[in-house]
Amino acid sequence: MQEFLNAYTSINLIFLLKGLWITIEVSLISGALSFVIGSFLGVIRYAKFPVISMVVGFIVDILRNLPLLLIIFFTYFGLPNFGIRLNIMTSAIAALTVFEAAMIAEIVRSGIISVPIGQTEGARANGLTGAQTMWHIILPQAYKRMIPPLVSQLISLIKDTSLATIIVLPELTYHAQIIYGQNNSYMIPMFLAIAVMYFIVNYCLSLVGTWFGRRGNKTA
Amino acid sequence: MINILTTHWSDFVHGFGITLLSSIIALIISMILGTGFAILEIVPNKLVNTIAHIYIQIFRNIPLLVVTMFFYVVVTQFVKMSGLVAGTIGLALYTSAFIAETVRAGILAVDKGQTEGARANGLTYWQTMRIIVLPQAFKIVIPPLGNQFINLVKNSSILAFVAGFDLMYQGNEIASTTFDTIDTYVVVGLFYLVITLPLSYYMRYLENKLA
Repeated sequence: MQEFLNAYTSINLIFLLKGLWITIEVSLISGALSFVIGSFLGVIRYAKFPVISMVVGFIVDILRNLPLLLIIFFTYFGLPNFGIRLNIMTSAIAALTVFEAAMIAEIVRSGIISVPIGQTEGARANGLTGAQTMWHIILPQAYKRMIPPLVSQLISLIKDTSLATIIVLPELTYHAQIIYGQNNSYMIPMFLAIAVMYFIVNYCLSLVGTWFGRRGNKTA
Repeated sequence: MINILTTHWSDFVHGFGITLLSSIIALIISMILGTGFAILEIVPNKLVNTIAHIYIQIFRNIPLLVVTMFFYVVVTQFVKMSGLVAGTIGLALYTSAFIAETVRAGILAVDKGQTEGARANGLTYWQTMRIIVLPQAFKIVIPPLGNQFINLVKNSSILAFVAGFDLMYQGNEIASTTFDTIDTYVVVGLFYLVITLPLSYYMRYLENKLA
């Protein structure tokens, strides 16, 4: 038991928290980027432009159906063959953004579909252009409905960030590995610590998601 | 690309087989566990509900990598197991939480009149669940369960972390020996897409048909 508690020195805990910070930082940056890119792709796919929408749709489907780990490997080990050499942090953010943008594109598309067609018809009948209808009428209503799935996606993103340990991104899981790599008896305490940290962050987020979901149901 | 595929054909196929095998075993275990926990979360017993709820929340909110590494690094000190076994257990437990949520939603979506009718006809709680509610619930949740299986196939790439000799692991080996990273990863990607892409289109078709 004493051995167990010894693992939680202030140095180790601060080191873990630094890892958690990188996890959150990478998640927030790629979350924001993939939100913008994903929304754009989702709208394009929904709009059914000839050729463009089909191509975008196909690329989104391919990215959604590949393992994220493969995309991370490709970004970090594959791209240098094309002369694109990204550092660890940028590779991780790029890979996560590409994958999550494809996921968010689908969320956005189904969010738009869930807005009743009468909204579009009404807006168009009042003289708004297609783009104006999308921007002023459809998207605001769609995003309200999308909050719960978007929050779940952010939780997935935070969990998925751990995969970047394979390209030695210094995030939470990697920092735990460094600590128990130096002292094997710290293994169980470290696993417990990072499990608790991930749990607290993600569970709180999921509560926010459910809260928005309930509020959405009431106003809808 | 054809070159890498022909010279390393047997490695790719071997890895593909492991990926499929691990995904299917994990699916079977997680279906059993997931359905079990879904039922435990709704039976009329507060204590049992809470235990099931805690199990589901734990595995939903902790990364798959952490669960898998726990089995590969920690549990293996007490019970010897290969990377493949550790990875498959990790996958099964992780996925079971998501399947539990899916099945629970399916059970709650079955019309309440079905339960009332069955109970009024003298069936016990468990008979009602087994004969009346679950069969209807499973019909509703086939598309989301299919999507969970797609996730499972993608997530099985976690085996690459624990020397599970799956498709991703073999791909890395080939990439690091041939230095032909682009072609190798493209081939690996195509192998994954062979399973996941048709399945995801079929699930979308089913969703549209049910909706």
